[in-house]
Amino acid sequence: MFQDRYDLAFRLYPYARAADQDAPTPVRHPVVVVGGGPIGLAMALDLGRQGVPVVVLDDHEGIGQGSRAICFAKRTLEIADRYGCGGPMRDKGVVWNLGKVFRDDRKVYEFNLLPEDGHRNPAFINLQQPYFEKFLFEQIQAEQAAGAPIQVRGRNRVEAITPAEDHVTLDIETPDGPYRLQADWLIACDGASSPLRSMMGLDFEGRVFKDSFLIADIRMTDSTFPTERWFWFEPWFKSGASTLLHKQPDDIWRVDFQIGWDVDRAEELKETNIRARLDAMLGPEVDYELVWSSIYTFQCRRMRNFRHGRVIFAGDSAHQVSPFGARGANSGMQDVDNLGWKLGLVLSGQAPDRLLDSYNEERTHGADENIRHSTRSTDFITPKTRVSQIFRDAVLDLAEEYEFARPIVNSGRLSVPCTYDGLSLNGPDALPGGPSRSRPGSACPDAPLGGGYLLDRLGGGFTLMTLDAEAPEAVTEDGVTASRLALSAADDPTGALAARYLGTAASGVYLVRPDQHVAARWDRYDETAVRAALRTACAKD
Amino acid sequence: MARLDTSSHFEAPDEFYAGLIAAQDGLSDEACLAFCARLILLLANHVGDREVLDEALAIARAGADQN
Ligand SMILES: Cc1cc2nc3c(=O)[nH]c(=O)nc-3n(C[C@H](O)[C@H](O)[C@H](O)COP(=O)(O)OP(=O)(O)OC[C@H]3O[C@@H](n4cnc5c(N)ncnc54)[C@H](O)[C@@H]3O)c2cc1C
Repeated sequence: MFQDRYDLAFRLYPYARAADQDAPTPVRHPVVVVGGGPIGLAMALDLGRQGVPVVVLDDHEGIGQGSRAICFAKRTLEIADRYGCGGPMRDKGVVWNLGKVFRDDRKVYEFNLLPEDGHRNPAFINLQQPYFEKFLFEQIQAEQAAGAPIQVRGRNRVEAITPAEDHVTLDIETPDGPYRLQADWLIACDGASSPLRSMMGLDFEGRVFKDSFLIADIRMTDSTFPTERWFWFEPWFKSGASTLLHKQPDDIWRVDFQIGWDVDRAEELKETNIRARLDAMLGPEVDYELVWSSIYTFQCRRMRNFRHGRVIFAGDSAHQVSPFGARGANSGMQDVDNLGWKLGLVLSGQAPDRLLDSYNEERTHGADENIRHSTRSTDFITPKTRVSQIFRDAVLDLAEEYEFARPIVNSGRLSVPCTYDGLSLNGPDALPGGPSRSRPGSACPDAPLGGGYLLDRLGGGFTLMTLDAEAPEAVTEDGVTASRLALSAADDPTGALAARYLGTAASGVYLVRPDQHVAARWDRYDETAVRAALRTACAKD
Repeated sequence: MARLDTSSHFEAPDEFYAGLIAAQDGLSDEACLAFCARLILLLANHVGDREVLDEALAIARAGADQN
């Protein structure tokens, strides 16, 4: 009766009977998270660290085999740092900066992620998704040991949900039979084919792309390929309409062949056929081991609304993008970052329920941005019509010789954090001369600070960050406190702190949200203005 | 705000037109489309200004919709 849908890479939370299963009536929990993928695990960490009791239900006993995601962005690592598990990810991950785009056997374009100095995290690391999830889970275990109220229940499959005005009832299947739970809030992190979304009969609309991609993860030891992202349009070795090669830890390389829409999957997935493509690309003398293969097709789509009363969707269940741009898990992590503090404040009665509507507002905005970028990349890689193919090829033709055409070449625009421009939680931008990159709505850029980094000092709660400006040590407005972080441009001799937060201004005061996004900024402290911005950031006005 | 300039700028209109036709001489339809695409991209980059380009796209599209 409990058939796994996939094999496990790591068995982390074997089924264990929970006391709730013996309760005569369904036990009520403040938050139940459905799905223990990267997004569900991160959600549990965020809430558990705030002291919010959370139960995660997953229908497997650990992490699925095979790496879907491999590229994890700076913002994701910053969020992971806030949860305490960025270190192991950085240590294990492969840092890369250079991307090369080829056509046939010629290089047409090259990009450098040009990491700016003075950030703890690189622009990107490559890391197999199972490791990413494992590090999140190990952090959950560390938090549990420190008393965080997090439970993860394996082989707990949600079969039905009954939403009510102020709670949701769940019907759960286990190896010991069914039981029920109630949740004040249900967070649906059950992936792109979200059973919960279907149970509620909700929409998931967007575009399906008529192409398929064959992934081959291979282990190659004595490789001459550098740690760069290589992408071929119409490669000379003819193993696909396009091909991607990218390094992962453990001498593993991701090879991704674009193989067309009408393919016989079973045939293509035969090892001899995969090897034929790889041999043509790598040359017959190169030795490798085939570690994992799969064929995927993709969609760019999202739910119209991520919040439905007491049920909130996050990660792939809410939005799905093509892999080009690495915007799947990376954007799901931003969902969690956004939702965690809001749910915490609502649960503790410090903010009204409608603060959660801003999760929908901000993250649908993010999803639209991601879908826009990933759709454009896909349209370039897989042109839809004969004429768009002609234009795509014309861009590649010109790019070989003319610089102007190179920025149009699009093999994926890689994930950057979304800025919540013009959305309702933002307060004033009253810092004349302040840099655009730290305007209200943006994720705070990192900066060096006293042997460490600025972002280590931000987040968790509201922060009133002052740069060469006076302010009280704390401001409490209607139960919500912003604590001061007093800084001076002189604290960072490299000048990065001033460049990123002051621009041409002499002093600045920033109200920073618990997710390290800027709520408002001024050139000096004004109590009335800060209080008003704190109310706005909590959806109180 | 920049505007698409639709007044005449060709020093020698007949020469330009003859050159345009001559440049495609002998090309298959496919090769000709590729030629047109490269030409559009080259000129569009020269213009650069997004509003001007959007206006040109809209005018060209309106012509297509009428046909
Ligand atoms: C080929 C490929 C490459 C990708 N590359 C990247 C990349 O480089 N960077 C990036 O950021 N993203 C990438 N992605 C996207 C990334 O893999 C997903 O965005 C990410 O896995 C989403 O996480 P999630 O937790 O929302 O969902 P999932 O990982 O799908 O997890 C959902 C979980 O819910 C569980 N579940 C489902 N139904 C139930 C139920 N009824 N009861 C209990 N549990 C249930 C599932 O077993 C699973 O554990 C890629 C995707 C693909 C396919």
